[in-house]
Amino acid sequence: MDPIIIAIIVLGVTALIFAAIIFGVEKQFKVIEDPRIDEVSEALPGANCGGCGFAGCRAYAEAIVKNESLEGMFCPVGGNDLNADIAAIMGLEAEEKAPQVAVVRCNGSLKNSPQKFNYEGAQSCAFASNLSAGPGGCPNGCLGLGDCVESCDFDAMYMDKETGLPVIIEENCVACGACVKSCPRSIIELRNQGKKSRRIYVSCVNTEKGAVAKKNCEVACIGCGKCVKACTFDAIVLENKVAYIDFEKCRLCRKCQPECPTGAITELNFPPRKVKAEVTEENKEV
Amino acid sequence: MLKTFKLGGVHPPENKLSAHKAIEAIEAPEKIFVPLGQNLGAPSVATVKRGDKVKTGQLIAKGEAFISAMIHSPVSGTVDKIDTHIDASGYRRDTIIITREGDEWEEGIDLSADLRKEITLSPQEIVEKVKASGIVGLGGATFPTHVKLMVPDGKKAEYLIINAVECEPYLTADHQLMLEKADEIVVGVQILMKAIGVDKAIIGIENNKPDAIEHMNKSVANFAGITVQALKVMYPQGAEKQLIKACVNREVPSGKLPIEVGCVVQNVGTAFAVYEAVQKNKPLIERVVTVTGKNVSIPSNFMARIGTPVSLLIEKAGGIPEDNGKIINGGPMMGKAINSTDVPVTKGTSGILLMSEKEAKRVREYNCVRCARCTTVCPMGLEPFLLGLAGESLDWEIAEKEQVMDCIECGSCQYTCPSGRPLLDNIRLGKFKVGQIMRSRKN
Amino acid sequence: MSLLTVSGSPHVHEKGNVSKIMLFVIIAMLPAFIASAWMFGIGAVKVFAVSIIACILFEWLVQKFLIKGPNTVSDYSAIVTGMLLAFNVPSNLPVWILIIGAFVSIVIGKMSFGGLGKNPFNPALVGRVFMLISFPVPMTSWPKPLESASQLTDVITGPTPLGILKESSNVAEAMSNPAMPDYLQMFWGNMGGSAGEISAIALLAGGLFLLLTRVISWHIPVSFLLGATMFAGALWLADPTIYIDPLFHLIAGGMMLAAFFMATDMVSSPMTPWGMLIFGFMGGVLTIIIRVFGAYPEGASFAILIMNAFVPLLNKIKPKRFGEEVKNG
Repeated sequence: MDPIIIAIIVLGVTALIFAAIIFGVEKQFKVIEDPRIDEVSEALPGANCGGCGFAGCRAYAEAIVKNESLEGMFCPVGGNDLNADIAAIMGLEAEEKAPQVAVVRCNGSLKNSPQKFNYEGAQSCAFASNLSAGPGGCPNGCLGLGDCVESCDFDAMYMDKETGLPVIIEENCVACGACVKSCPRSIIELRNQGKKSRRIYVSCVNTEKGAVAKKNCEVACIGCGKCVKACTFDAIVLENKVAYIDFEKCRLCRKCQPECPTGAITELNFPPRKVKAEVTEENKEV
Repeated sequence: MLKTFKLGGVHPPENKLSAHKAIEAIEAPEKIFVPLGQNLGAPSVATVKRGDKVKTGQLIAKGEAFISAMIHSPVSGTVDKIDTHIDASGYRRDTIIITREGDEWEEGIDLSADLRKEITLSPQEIVEKVKASGIVGLGGATFPTHVKLMVPDGKKAEYLIINAVECEPYLTADHQLMLEKADEIVVGVQILMKAIGVDKAIIGIENNKPDAIEHMNKSVANFAGITVQALKVMYPQGAEKQLIKACVNREVPSGKLPIEVGCVVQNVGTAFAVYEAVQKNKPLIERVVTVTGKNVSIPSNFMARIGTPVSLLIEKAGGIPEDNGKIINGGPMMGKAINSTDVPVTKGTSGILLMSEKEAKRVREYNCVRCARCTTVCPMGLEPFLLGLAGESLDWEIAEKEQVMDCIECGSCQYTCPSGRPLLDNIRLGKFKVGQIMRSRKN
Repeated sequence: MSLLTVSGSPHVHEKGNVSKIMLFVIIAMLPAFIASAWMFGIGAVKVFAVSIIACILFEWLVQKFLIKGPNTVSDYSAIVTGMLLAFNVPSNLPVWILIIGAFVSIVIGKMSFGGLGKNPFNPALVGRVFMLISFPVPMTSWPKPLESASQLTDVITGPTPLGILKESSNVAEAMSNPAMPDYLQMFWGNMGGSAGEISAIALLAGGLFLLLTRVISWHIPVSFLLGATMFAGALWLADPTIYIDPLFHLIAGGMMLAAFFMATDMVSSPMTPWGMLIFGFMGGVLTIIIRVFGAYPEGASFAILIMNAFVPLLNKIKPKRFGEEVKNG
């Protein structure tokens, strides 16, 4: 017989056998998957940032379809628009959520909290935090080694060389919360973006006694409670010798900021303060 | 051939500058700072309050948890306040601050120098006494000694191993203690033997201290069961597992305690403290501290009360040198760099090492060239380059799989790395994170 | 007093760093370089100079304009690669081919992976094999030792002992070839071959220096030579008329160079003792397989590159952990 014909027969038979095996396996082990998983997953941004609390976008989609519910599920990257899209796919009601953005609650720059000693070694905040209080002497303050910048998948952070503090680029921040998790000192917080991106927060998380905190850092919260008294909306609480402004209750009236003796309250994106009378007017407007 | 452990190890320059300097007792300062967290495990709870009068040797803080220790007042005087004060951890921690007034000792403490050889207490009573005296491992790990003396049910101790290796460069506290208090140490060893019920004790001493070996040999001559074992100089021989391997050739399995192979290891300084506690009723309120460094004018061995600020010790040793760059609590291989001279001496302070800026500076970092030296020197048979990489890339799964928790943090890998990589920094981070993950998995 | 420094332990560091290791490797290569200059004269010196300068230049250019990182020329690794590359080419190789080889070595073999420490293959061998495959004729025209030492161009070429062996049908025929040097000549380096591979004694001296200074461990060289000896010995015992004795294999061609300088490249070799032993042994066996059964008379370069590819696999062999087996005694 012609070798070509032999070859054709051999290969043909082999192909048929393998086709049969594959067909059998496919029938036997077919995974029946809800088509909505693919749909939801298609709609997601695919950044796999973990901001939703799941391992990746696919896992998030699977969880939504499995639970048939959007409760407690929110993709910060896609925001409300995406949530509405997913709700449409699932036939559910979407919950509106205020857009959030990360803020750095430490103002212990090289100038405000001068170095008390040098740190040398692995460029990792998590390690440096285990080693000692940090060059500024503050046990709760920013270490400036950039674990948060490293963790950011969206180019929304950089280290300011001059202050030694991380800076958040608001336009890029999707509030995935990766930096919040990466910070060994829980300095970064996700806060509501606020109207016109205006935010007001206590830029200090130091829980030491006022005198000790102030010695290490010019702009430390000393827990005096003046801001608590100034607040007319009960938005400020004093716990563990440090004030905290609840962004859900805060109405951005700016009354607390001038009260702070150390300047530990930071305002973002507000117009510059004018004379007193006009400030109140401005508040009405807001 | 001299005994040593088989796997890995390095031999850094010994630099025992303060060797053969007699132990010099230094007077306690006016204000003394006694941190509440001096031992491994739970911090102690203060039993005194502001304004209380205390005597030297009086109990001022109780260790209530299982792994915790008593703390006694190192001086007599008035409790100033209980506040935060910087300690060797680099953080401010709760500290009892006492203003000294004279030096009046608690009653019943035998301050004479007589050697009391007779051991009258029963094993139970010894353990109780050790616990009440607040003794912790004085080698630096500060593990409460009484916990180690309680042999768990179903286990039997065969050997007591006394760690007199002092493999850390620079440090000479244990060496000098052996030269001056050999007889007391031997009685302490007997007490420990009685407590854990063994008839064999081995005192392991590295061969770079021939006088101590000779001296101890003379002291143990009349006691059956106690032998002095000379060991080849090799770092980290003072690590518990390595010392057991060197002395009796047994390997403690991963994640297990020495009792698993029938051994209990105690530091030689601990043996002396046990002698003083059991025979003299004296709690642990002072210890030998080596103050040394290439630029220190008078490298010395001091007997310092717990709570004495480091600054005072440095002053007694000739002050801080001009170009000082680093102050280390402990030896150069495992000690902790402190960020302030206000840090007080604690039970775990075996030495204060001052390094010049030039010495303290880390070497230039290169890429890892995969030379495998770290693997060769690791006494635990780990692959530090891999663990370091896992730490750098925050991959805790790999770190756990490659047994990061077995690392004893001896620093041999980073010491020898030609690329000057911060291996141990990253491994420590890995240990910390993997420890967290393992604990959360348990709960 | 200036600010205190705080860092994790250890606070001391052994003397020595990557630059020093590379410097030691360079020193270890000097005897072989001198032997080469003695045998091949000015041509060898020219090859060395061109190769080293080209390697340094390429590394500098890549670092400066592509990686934009710190200058890495000062770690001397480019010089080592340059010298090893020169060791592996005939001393009359045209300069332009050598520059292409240096380009492949440094830019493709090393820097494209991220620089020193990241390259999976020995960069000098990558360059050499590239040149051997692309320019087979100039890469296998070996100048005759001593006779061509004074000439820069138009040198008299002659075969290498391995080349003679390959062309002969049995051992007796190869040995009776007048161009075949005797064993003592081969041992000293009086034979045709690449610039740096000829003198077994000079390479041995350099290898011993590296072993004594702890730059390399004994595992790879010993197992490499052992693997080659055992495999060649088995063949020789099976039929001594066709297969030549193992001693010839040890001193001919680039065996010594491969065992002490090429296979021991720390970046591209395994990191555990058992991994190193297997790496070396298999490298030695493969060298003989290629020499005896392959198309090329010399197989060390290919053997090492093949084994380099196995390194990630060999690294899976873990060292013995402390406390793994409990021995009580």
